[in-house]
Amino acid sequence: MQTSALDQEHDVRRILAQYKDRPGPLLEVLHAVQGAFGFIPPQAIGPIAEGLNLSRAEVHGVITFYHYFRSTPPGRHVLKLCRAESCQAMGADALAAHAEARLGVSFHESTPEGHFSLEPVYCLGLCACSPALLLDGEPHGRVTPQRLDALLEEAEAGAGGGR
Amino acid sequence: MTTIYVPGDSGALALGAEAVSGAIGREAAARHLDVRVVRNGSRGAYWLEPLVEVEGPHGRLAYGPVGAADVPSLFDAGWLQGGAHRLALGAFESLPWFCGQQRLTFQRVGRTDPCSVTDYLANGGYAGLRRALSMDPAAIVEQVTRSGLRGRGGAAFPTGIKWKTVLGQPPGRKYVTCNADEGDSGTFSDRMLMEGDPLSLIEGMSIAGIAVGATQGYIYLRAEYPHAWRTLTRAIAAAYAAGYLGNDVLGSGRRFELEVRLGAGAYICGEETSMLESLEGRRGEVRVRPPLPAVKGLFGCPTVVNNVITLATVPLILQRGAEFYAGFGMGKSRGTLPLQLAGNIKRGGLIERAFGLTLRELLYDYGGGSASGRPIRAVQIGGPLGAYVPASQFDLPIDYEALAASGAMLGHGGIVAFDDTVDMARMARYAMHFCAVESCGKCTPCRIGSTRGVELLDHILAGRGGEHALGRLEELCELMLQGSLCGLGGMTPFPVQSALKHFREDFSAHAQH
Ligand SMILES: Cc1cc2nc3c(=O)[nH]c(=O)nc-3n(C[C@H](O)[C@H](O)[C@H](O)COP(=O)(O)O)c2cc1C
Ligand code: SF4
Ligand code: FES
Repeated sequence: MQTSALDQEHDVRRILAQYKDRPGPLLEVLHAVQGAFGFIPPQAIGPIAEGLNLSRAEVHGVITFYHYFRSTPPGRHVLKLCRAESCQAMGADALAAHAEARLGVSFHESTPEGHFSLEPVYCLGLCACSPALLLDGEPHGRVTPQRLDALLEEAEAGAGGGR
Repeated sequence: MTTIYVPGDSGALALGAEAVSGAIGREAAARHLDVRVVRNGSRGAYWLEPLVEVEGPHGRLAYGPVGAADVPSLFDAGWLQGGAHRLALGAFESLPWFCGQQRLTFQRVGRTDPCSVTDYLANGGYAGLRRALSMDPAAIVEQVTRSGLRGRGGAAFPTGIKWKTVLGQPPGRKYVTCNADEGDSGTFSDRMLMEGDPLSLIEGMSIAGIAVGATQGYIYLRAEYPHAWRTLTRAIAAAYAAGYLGNDVLGSGRRFELEVRLGAGAYICGEETSMLESLEGRRGEVRVRPPLPAVKGLFGCPTVVNNVITLATVPLILQRGAEFYAGFGMGKSRGTLPLQLAGNIKRGGLIERAFGLTLRELLYDYGGGSASGRPIRAVQIGGPLGAYVPASQFDLPIDYEALAASGAMLGHGGIVAFDDTVDMARMARYAMHFCAVESCGKCTPCRIGSTRGVELLDHILAGRGGEHALGRLEELCELMLQGSLCGLGGMTPFPVQSALKHFREDFSAHAQH
């Protein structure tokens, strides 16, 4: 997603205006910003801090505390693989190794062309369909390495995609 | 017109329900058939998902697991008229797996249209709130206390007593918050309930608000549950539109507002004080207690914090009475528990039963044994902070006290099965790793101890440990147990210690290579 610095500033201001008078708004603002840009641009920290009467350090501290918030743009497709116990009991470790080999990246990384980001998650509530994953927000259960390959190919073939 | 139920539950979606729903729509249109598709919740039989039910003159008949490719043949077989097909299961409610269950909290999940107030009312919904509105607040709290309901989020604290504390605080701003952070592996009952019968949670929170004198409620929902977010948001809007939420609930003059707030992928935010910090828009660092949230919680005001299942059970208690609910269960564990069966299991899913069922019944009668066909060697109960229980203890009854007495804990009721290929030393390492990833960083035993635990276990797994390293691991567990501020650091030792106790051979196995 390409947005100019000006558009970005405009969007952040609009989000702040929408949320700033609600109780405890910072997480909501960060969700909205990440929803708009796919990540929380470092340049947005200043305006957010100012708009909510917080220090930049506080805003930064909150962004880094939560695994969900990211400070760099994600790949065009985001693959979130569950690494928790129930999925482990059904082969999630092997699936994770397969994903890393197939994409040529480790967890928390994106492929060089920016097609895929690989993220770990700890339980998606799909444990009765382990191993589970989210691909661009869509849930998939009982995923074998072959099925994962097919899903990645479909995503690559599909036009563009989204998070 | 025929109604076809295709679950919109995310577990069913993960197995292809969306494509099935699309195929049914297309096929019905091509055949000029008058069909209404309802996206219900899941019945909880995940090995049969996508489970489709057809409601017509022949009653309500189930088919599953249905793939999109099966849809034309189902129409060819005349499934709208109850036609025979290899995927036909008959009436879902006559399946042995289902009819032995005691579905109270989950009475509507998978049966009704989740966001339809009309459907909800037609199935007993809002009878509890109506009753509560005619009662004195103290009497509502008394009903909840007498029902024996204990918190289903993990700590099993009596709900009525918590509410009584909040009610007893001076009048003023108070809050009702719902903990929907459900982070434990092997648990999904909160998700299923929010996706399948969100109005029961909304009703439960409204009753809590009226009981303790709170006018604002928040549901703190984990970010990993986008589908539950959509369903909840729609259901809340429907409840507002029908006058069940807002500044004059059902014309009673009482006010109750409700909103969903999203978490952001931090397991620790399921701990109640961390959750409150997060709701206030801060880092989810655990608060030192006292004060209790019931006295000084959200924005410094008296606050009820309850789990989704706890709150969603309240309407039934008000509707049917405390004695009805307390009539189920054993000892001090009253009522029913929606158990969640996961991991290496043939028939994973949700089983709601009165307390007292044994692990063996659950794993074999309901679960059908392991998915791999190999022996089940261990189960982890109660999520990542729960103990591993060996097969020799599968005759234990599922009851808070019985499990605690044997060193395990029931937690949120999730049970994850492992077959005999599991390496328990690796699972112990994972427990420490998870604690290191999720520690809020406030206290040293947890923050540093978990990282130290990972290093020690790496050592052991590399075969360089010996008894000496195991001794150090045991000491570290003791230190974390005694010195941590909250349950994350304080309970991470449980899976590690139980693995050491029951599966010590797995730790020494590595030393021999
Ligand atoms: C590390 C940790 C994580 C927790 N996670 C959850 C959770 O995800 N959901 C939940 O309801 N309770 C969780 N709890 C328990 C809560 O602190 C609290 O006891 C509960 O929300 C109270 O509601 P209840 O009385 O209805 O169970 C967690 C506790 C700890 C120590
Ligand atoms: S035990 Fe861990 S999670 Fe809990 S307060 Fe201490 S550092 Fe935070
Ligand atoms: S453990 Fe993977 S979805 Fe729950």
